[in-house]
Amino acid sequence: MPEGRTGSQLDRNRNSLLVLAPRRIAGTALSLVLTFAGLTAVTFAIARVMPADPVLAIVGDRAHQDVYDAVYRELGLDQPIFVQYLRYLGQLFEGDLGVSIMTAQPVLHDLLRFFPATLELATVATLLGVLVGVPLGVLAAVRQGRWLDHLIRTVGLFGYSVPVFWLGMLALFVLYAKLGWVAGPGRIDIFFDGMVEPVTGLILVDSALAREWEIFRNALGHLVLPAGILGIHSLAYLARMTRHFMLEQLGQEYILAARVKGVPERTVIWRHAFRNVLVQLITIVGLTYASLLEGSVLTETVFAWPGIGQYITSSLFNNDMNAVLGGTIVVGVCFVGINMGSDLLYRLVDPRAR
Amino acid sequence: MKRRDPLLVVDGLRVTFDTPRGPVAAVRDVSFVLGREKLGIVGESGSGKSQTGRALLGLLARNGRAAARRLTFDGVDLLRAGEAERRALRGRRIAMILQDPKFSLNPVMTVGEQIVEAFRVHANVSRREARLRALAMLEAVHIREPGHVFDAWPHELSGGMGQRVMIAIMMVPEPDLLIADEPTSALDVTVRLQVLALLDDMLARRGAALIFISHDLGLVGSFCDRVLVMYAGRVVETLRADELQSARHPYTRGLLACQPRVDGDGSDLPTLNRDPAWLR
Repeated sequence: MPEGRTGSQLDRNRNSLLVLAPRRIAGTALSLVLTFAGLTAVTFAIARVMPADPVLAIVGDRAHQDVYDAVYRELGLDQPIFVQYLRYLGQLFEGDLGVSIMTAQPVLHDLLRFFPATLELATVATLLGVLVGVPLGVLAAVRQGRWLDHLIRTVGLFGYSVPVFWLGMLALFVLYAKLGWVAGPGRIDIFFDGMVEPVTGLILVDSALAREWEIFRNALGHLVLPAGILGIHSLAYLARMTRHFMLEQLGQEYILAARVKGVPERTVIWRHAFRNVLVQLITIVGLTYASLLEGSVLTETVFAWPGIGQYITSSLFNNDMNAVLGGTIVVGVCFVGINMGSDLLYRLVDPRAR
Repeated sequence: MKRRDPLLVVDGLRVTFDTPRGPVAAVRDVSFVLGREKLGIVGESGSGKSQTGRALLGLLARNGRAAARRLTFDGVDLLRAGEAERRALRGRRIAMILQDPKFSLNPVMTVGEQIVEAFRVHANVSRREARLRALAMLEAVHIREPGHVFDAWPHELSGGMGQRVMIAIMMVPEPDLLIADEPTSALDVTVRLQVLALLDDMLARRGAALIFISHDLGLVGSFCDRVLVMYAGRVVETLRADELQSARHPYTRGLLACQPRVDGDGSDLPTLNRDPAWLR
């Protein structure tokens, strides 16, 4: 009987899935290790290839040859390159990213200060993009060709193509300087600076934990503009992509089948079509978030936001290689982490990927 | 037998699509009356047979419009019915089976979810009861181990099983009219007959009418009571299935002539010559 056979075939599929699970975890772990090896090899190679002499940067160009040689050996530069790489890895694992010339602080210490600022900005901007952009995209698709669709598409095109720094300066000028509706550049007023214990480094979270609502409000006032402007950019992009994915799904046969069943249109859209759109959106949202975590130098500069984009850029201009490489590793780790996260989510949402 | 009003009356149905190059007529002046019988609609791609089916459900593409002199289903004027009224008919009284279960089942919902939904759209059934009835329905479409299939994802099913599931979903509310749009074209030949037999059995048990849309004249001839032959959006001929061999219209005769036969003499099949006069 064909039915009997196919039934047991299903059984076998289930079992093989279970057997595959540990293998899949091992595979993910292996690809993780390889990715990190690649990332560190690249940062290490950059440090070696750059024409800047790390010894000179420490001892200065008037130091005696003996001093120079001593520091040269101290840095391990006389060792074979492979040994140097392993040493570099060892230092990385201890959290030792070297000392920044610019701030005279350990790079790790700097990163723990600068990265949360970017994390806060990127997270709020992404949340805004997802919570507003995705529903707008769905709405535009459902009202395809009507005025609402045209409006959303026009606004989306504007949000996506207007330069962020120009919009930022305009917004600062109007909303801060003229109207005084929001707080100005920086993460927080000087007066409140350092008043809450940094637990997470995210001022909003820290001040909420400490129940310092005045500080929370002040920080929020500072965050609103830069996050709003980055948010407009990502919501424009996400709305565009969502509309496209949604239209694609609404044209599928299973949507027709759901309508034939008599399923109400709202359920057709959110339960049938959107679940399939979600599968595609996960990757896009992950990439948007990751690229925001890289730090948006322009926005951070316009709003004097002490984030990782500014940190890396100014380190680069000051030839502060330890800081640049440390920042690069953080950004790399973010990318890998988010990609793994969206991979996991993807499997959760799409049974075909399991 | 008691004489009853026809289930479906289609008089002068037109389906037009608005395109950037102006309106295109897909169905032109199609009329037929359907009782509790099996009606086949045959025609080649683009002859308007699928759009006729979709117009009956009120599910044309966004740019499509349907008009008719008369379009009634069991006394309900489909042309005047509002969206809510039409949705109440959909699934509950008129259902449709699509060509390929690979595309017509939602890939991210389990088979069980999709059958349970069919129960819950039209009736106030508890989740538990809907599940039990869905399992019974899976059994009714000859699926062994319904419990397994209930929890399965569409991509885990074979084509034949997928189409059985689709039949189960659409037969759940016990519709009076089932429109089957090429229900077996995507299936293997061996599975095809099983699915057809199942369809026949389900319809007979519930006393439902069938509109069977296909390009396969032989299949429709052996499965249906009556055949409508469509060409370029028009009905060119209506025949009783057992009179198919004595068809008069040159298009139908042409279609019959180009069917390969196992007992044929092996000579080349004739090419169908289209006469522009058929369009008038």
